[in-house]
Amino acid sequence: MKDFSSLDELNKKILDIKQLLLELKAEAELFPALSRNSKRALASIKMLELNISDIVSLDLIKPLTVKK
Amino acid sequence: MNCQEYWNPVLETLPREKLKILQFKKFKRILNWAYTHSKFHKALYDTAGLTPDDISCFDDIKKIPKVEKSMMRGIQNKDPFPYGDALCVPLEEVSAFRQTSGTTGQPVYQPDTWQDWEWWSECWSFVLWAQGYRPKDRVFLPFGYNIFVAFWAGHYAAEKLGCEVVPGGVLDTQSRILKIRELNATAMMATPTYVLRMADVAKNKMGIDPGELSINKITCAGEPGAGIPSTKKRMEDAWGAKVYDHSGATEIGAWSYECKNQPCGMHVNEAMFLVEIEDLKTGEIIEEPGRKGKMIITALDRMAQPCIRFDSKDVIEWDCQTCTCGRSFRLIKGGVIGRADDITKVKGVLLSPAAIEEVVRSIDGLGDEFEVIVDKQGDIDRIKLKVELKSGVTKLSVENILRDQLRLKTNLGYRIEFYDYGSLPRYEVKAKRFKDLRKKYISEKECRK
Repeated sequence: MKDFSSLDELNKKILDIKQLLLELKAEAELFPALSRNSKRALASIKMLELNISDIVSLDLIKPLTVKK
Repeated sequence: MNCQEYWNPVLETLPREKLKILQFKKFKRILNWAYTHSKFHKALYDTAGLTPDDISCFDDIKKIPKVEKSMMRGIQNKDPFPYGDALCVPLEEVSAFRQTSGTTGQPVYQPDTWQDWEWWSECWSFVLWAQGYRPKDRVFLPFGYNIFVAFWAGHYAAEKLGCEVVPGGVLDTQSRILKIRELNATAMMATPTYVLRMADVAKNKMGIDPGELSINKITCAGEPGAGIPSTKKRMEDAWGAKVYDHSGATEIGAWSYECKNQPCGMHVNEAMFLVEIEDLKTGEIIEEPGRKGKMIITALDRMAQPCIRFDSKDVIEWDCQTCTCGRSFRLIKGGVIGRADDITKVKGVLLSPAAIEEVVRSIDGLGDEFEVIVDKQGDIDRIKLKVELKSGVTKLSVENILRDQLRLKTNLGYRIEFYDYGSLPRYEVKAKRFKDLRKKYISEKECRK
């Protein structure tokens, strides 16, 4: 069994990736291949947020566990 | 159940009280988003004297005005072209256009950003994973890839799951069957009407037994058939495959699914949608199982053109059973039972076309196709049922049981007409088997006045 704290760790990783992609996108004004692919990747990151981060950020994690 | 049976093992087993909190917080989030980004939504809520801050508990949600499809049609005359002022993002953010089929009137245009498309396929991923789709599957999609959303997101979701997807777009029915055989496709997505049509063509025109093909699961959407036991049985018998129900809509998203346990109903994806059931007469929100009503639905994460308390007109009821699959998402009994628009009074009796379908498809001697026509003689309603006899079956052998079952299940007497197999119209996508000519009769009568 993994306890809910691992969801918190997953969330931190998701937010880190999101931050990196936002930075890439911000730097890519004249670099369409970088900006459009970063934007597209951010849409996928949003799905990770819906699946994981919402559970953490909406303060729902406390008696939750993830079975392995 | 093994945790690997869930697409999201946390959300799908979230205790119900947590689920309700999640739904409320997400409802507030999408409401705020719409209020601050859509002129249409802001005006709607301002007119009702409400702001998102007035929604402070779950029960307050029902204060938020519903959105009817006719309202969405109305806004499309406004800027920005062609969507109107419910659009919450700059036009250049829109990456996909879809429109409703127009079955009930002028089509509604639906803008989606790439994130919305990711969300669409995410919702479908819940569906397909629950129905046993896995990376080893080769999924055949026999639908017209065009402006209608149909199985587009199913395609993307199957890819996301790691399946191999075969787009059977412009092929005709026989070519599709041959391609399924050639590639040993293991799964398929189609309307119930087309699943039966393909089986009919394979068997009667090509001499191929669809049950001998490699399809082992079929996901149905677009019509209630996979939730109607006799229709589901016909499809499963014909294809030798498990048939699963799913429901979604262009303006809403993929909001419900039957899981592998086939609980005679569908799970509502309550992590992504908020479903309320409204009594057809009183408008009261129904919480308890066993009472039918129409679905009011909110897509909790759809951004470009939000779907907030949308009056879907789908008739559903909560199931009193929980599913053995372990999901905490509530079940709706028998899937989508029908459309509030289609449920009509005939001779004072409420009639759902799905009830007639259940009877016709439960009688072995009858073909898959049928047609129901309601009209008037003078001021008296009449209802006619056209059915097909399978080869070698006589009218005498089925007429009495058909009449008895129709009377039992619908409380109505019918004029029944029997036709040779293959005589009634065949449909490739959604069927139009129910025709109510009384509206024409009424309008002609009013014209004569």
